[in-house]
Amino acid sequence: MVGFFKRFRNDSLAMSVSFFLGMVILLAILAPLIAPYDPTAQNIIAKFQGPSLAHWFGTDQLGRDVFSRILYGGRVTILISLLTMVVTILIGTILGVLAGYFRGWVDDVIMRICDIMLSFPSEVLILAIVGIMGTGLTNIMVAMVIAKWAWYVRMIRAIVISFMDSNYIRFAKVAGCSTGHIIRKHLMVGAIGEIAVLATLDTATIILNISALSFLGLGVQPPTAEWGMMLNEAKNVMITNPGQMLAPGMAIFLVVAAFNFLGDSIQEALNPKINKGLKGQRYSLYQALFGREKMVTE
Amino acid sequence: MKQYIVKRLLWTIPILIGISFFAFILINLSPSDPAEVAIRVNEITPTAENVAQMREQLGLDDPFMTRYLSWLGNALQGDFGNSYVNNKPVAEEIAKALPPTLYLSLVSLLIIVVVSVAVGVLCAVKEDSFTDQIMRGIVFVGTAIPGFWAGILLMWLFAVKLKWLPTSGMMTPAAVILPAVTLALGYISTYVRLIRNNMIQNKRENYVLYGRVRGLSEKTITRHIFKNSLQTSLTALGMSIPKLIAGTVVIENIFAWPGIGRLCVTAIFNRDFPMIQAYVLIMAVLFVFCNLFVDLGSVWIDPRRREA
Amino acid sequence: MSILLEVRNLSVTDQRDQDEIIHDVSFSVAQNSCLGIVGESGSGKSMITRALLGITNPWLKSRGSARFIGPGKETELLNQDQQTMRLIRGKQIAMILQDAMSAFDPIAKIGDQMAETFIENQALTRKQSLLLAKDALALMNIYDPQQVLKKYPHQLSGGMLQRCMIATALAMEPELIIADEPTTALDSINQGQVVAEFKLIREKMGTALIFISHDLGVVKQLSDQLLVMKDGAAVEYGEADLVFKNPQHPYTKYLIDTRLALTESFRKAMRKGGQRDETVRS
Repeated sequence: MVGFFKRFRNDSLAMSVSFFLGMVILLAILAPLIAPYDPTAQNIIAKFQGPSLAHWFGTDQLGRDVFSRILYGGRVTILISLLTMVVTILIGTILGVLAGYFRGWVDDVIMRICDIMLSFPSEVLILAIVGIMGTGLTNIMVAMVIAKWAWYVRMIRAIVISFMDSNYIRFAKVAGCSTGHIIRKHLMVGAIGEIAVLATLDTATIILNISALSFLGLGVQPPTAEWGMMLNEAKNVMITNPGQMLAPGMAIFLVVAAFNFLGDSIQEALNPKINKGLKGQRYSLYQALFGREKMVTE
Repeated sequence: MKQYIVKRLLWTIPILIGISFFAFILINLSPSDPAEVAIRVNEITPTAENVAQMREQLGLDDPFMTRYLSWLGNALQGDFGNSYVNNKPVAEEIAKALPPTLYLSLVSLLIIVVVSVAVGVLCAVKEDSFTDQIMRGIVFVGTAIPGFWAGILLMWLFAVKLKWLPTSGMMTPAAVILPAVTLALGYISTYVRLIRNNMIQNKRENYVLYGRVRGLSEKTITRHIFKNSLQTSLTALGMSIPKLIAGTVVIENIFAWPGIGRLCVTAIFNRDFPMIQAYVLIMAVLFVFCNLFVDLGSVWIDPRRREA
Repeated sequence: MSILLEVRNLSVTDQRDQDEIIHDVSFSVAQNSCLGIVGESGSGKSMITRALLGITNPWLKSRGSARFIGPGKETELLNQDQQTMRLIRGKQIAMILQDAMSAFDPIAKIGDQMAETFIENQALTRKQSLLLAKDALALMNIYDPQQVLKKYPHQLSGGMLQRCMIATALAMEPELIIADEPTTALDSINQGQVVAEFKLIREKMGTALIFISHDLGVVKQLSDQLLVMKDGAAVEYGEADLVFKNPQHPYTKYLIDTRLALTESFRKAMRKGGQRDETVRS
């Protein structure tokens, strides 16, 4: 574990990405304090203005300040995504640890339920749940948790099982440590790294999903600002003002890329690769940028 | 192998039953009353009488099992009820919309396979070279770009600015290009990586060393590596075919493609429950059968698993 | 007897950390003779042969000289271009690997894999190659070679696959065969068979042999010369009989004594059990 933090700190690119994400999250939380304008304040006369000192990113089709909308949109997209991820991971971890640690009938029951849940493609489930419950942000959150929890349980169970096989857990059991103690002190400490990788990579997916659903009009409703929704509005004015497509798309792309990169970095810091190849140096900026291996998550 | 096939086929049945059950329950979880929705959608004000009438018409007051079994029975005969929106049989609408989606998915799949294999093999053969690193950089970028953003950007570039391709619809054969490419983009990244990593892993295998030692040409050795890595990649590819079909939703929406994705989204906006229900059921069944097919296929390809 | 392979001051360095894996090794192999290379795991025995054949990892650099005196011409093996090496590999110098099960492509039939060696090295047609493969297997006393050709690697035993490898090597009629721990992955019965086969090969075909092993007993039965490796350097080199009778270097002494001790305790155990196993001779 200690080695992990040291390696991570040495990875300058990973640190910069973490810093970037930290800033993004901070901006999202502080949006109401920072944003220069009210994101829903319309000013038709001032519509479609290009970037200027008054409006850093220009204005949209209703004269609203794009920069403020991006800030508020980030608030929605990122914070909701993080919340969704946390809830899903919580459910996944609890059930995954139960299934993986205790095995037996507990494991069987949980896995059977997961099997049935997993036999639905997740997109279909999300659409179905949104269809039933109606549109809106809370509903898509619930839909995404319901759609993904089974997958998490499977993954975390697999991680737990791989740790159960390790000698130090066996030793702890033999030495008579209580179940709670083993789970908290030994299992989780080891597994938390891998779970963190899952969490970061999945946050990226959730962000994409939420913005996609909002893009379709199934998520937030106007006039709330949200990056996917902004892209939808931009699409409608594509022919006359294609520039509107840039800011929200770029925002989603950068944040998703950052989360992906972070997940990869955490994975690398957990398991430093032994095979370094011919060029040899560990983390030149160039190699770090193009040398990432992403865990194939599905 | 035979035992495995039989076991697998038998296991499909309870899964299908479970799916149908779940799809049915799904509708009944709705917070709103389907009868009320059905009336509202047709722009009639719901009153106590016509709601009650609608409930009877839709058979909503019958006990659960009766409703489930009658629904299931109808479904197996291809009758999924009528759409709340236009009162036409849902099965008809889906039958009209399914072929365009399958066509789009197929073209996408073709693009994915061709590009992934070409780039993946190239990167694996020239491991760690400049080409490899550039490609992997592009791949990394590709995984982060939201599909719908890429879609509208491409649409703007090729349809609006350059006017080479149509913006929407299915009118001309060329109309499938933009949606198919956009759809493929999301998956190409994953598969290039998969094939490349697979091949590189295989490159380190002992049989590659032995091939070199025997004096085989690099071409022959690469052929062996490729065939081996194809196996695992094929399985992963097959598993995502149903995902591909389901994932057409956003693309169809952007490009106004008349497929089931667009049908589903419209149904959601209109709270058209029978349609949503049928969509879920059909997609889940498709999913199960695709997985079955791919599962059996992957066992058959690998001679090592054929016996076991 | 003329020299077939002359190695002078062979050194192999890992360029990533400048670690010298093989340090200044020299030896020679005469025609129709057998050089045994022994040492512990990690002593560099296999690395030498990989360097000779030019199939080391790209970050390893070889220095020194390795002259291979083939029929009619002489070739420097180290740092040679791949095209030339490819012509030599398989045809003039054949190699047999340690783990036969993983040496073959798991999804191709054995017959096809053996045949492609012949097709590529000798420009035979597929039909001719398959016939050659069948004959080669028959030469190794394999019963029903036609059936074996049709099988996949996982359907055959380790010993059988090892014999297929040897058959492939022999069918090319090379000047030199390098056998990299061919018996290590086998059980003792198969081991005995393989060693016997090598003895036959030496007698009948007069091919030169480099035999790598950590098993002194096996090496003793086959070798004319002996090279002892430790930590990448050659600690002893000379005629096998002399080295075994009178080892100069303390490490060689240690190896031989340990082996003797093993055999002795085995003998004792056998004697205690009331049986005398005559075949176990040091």
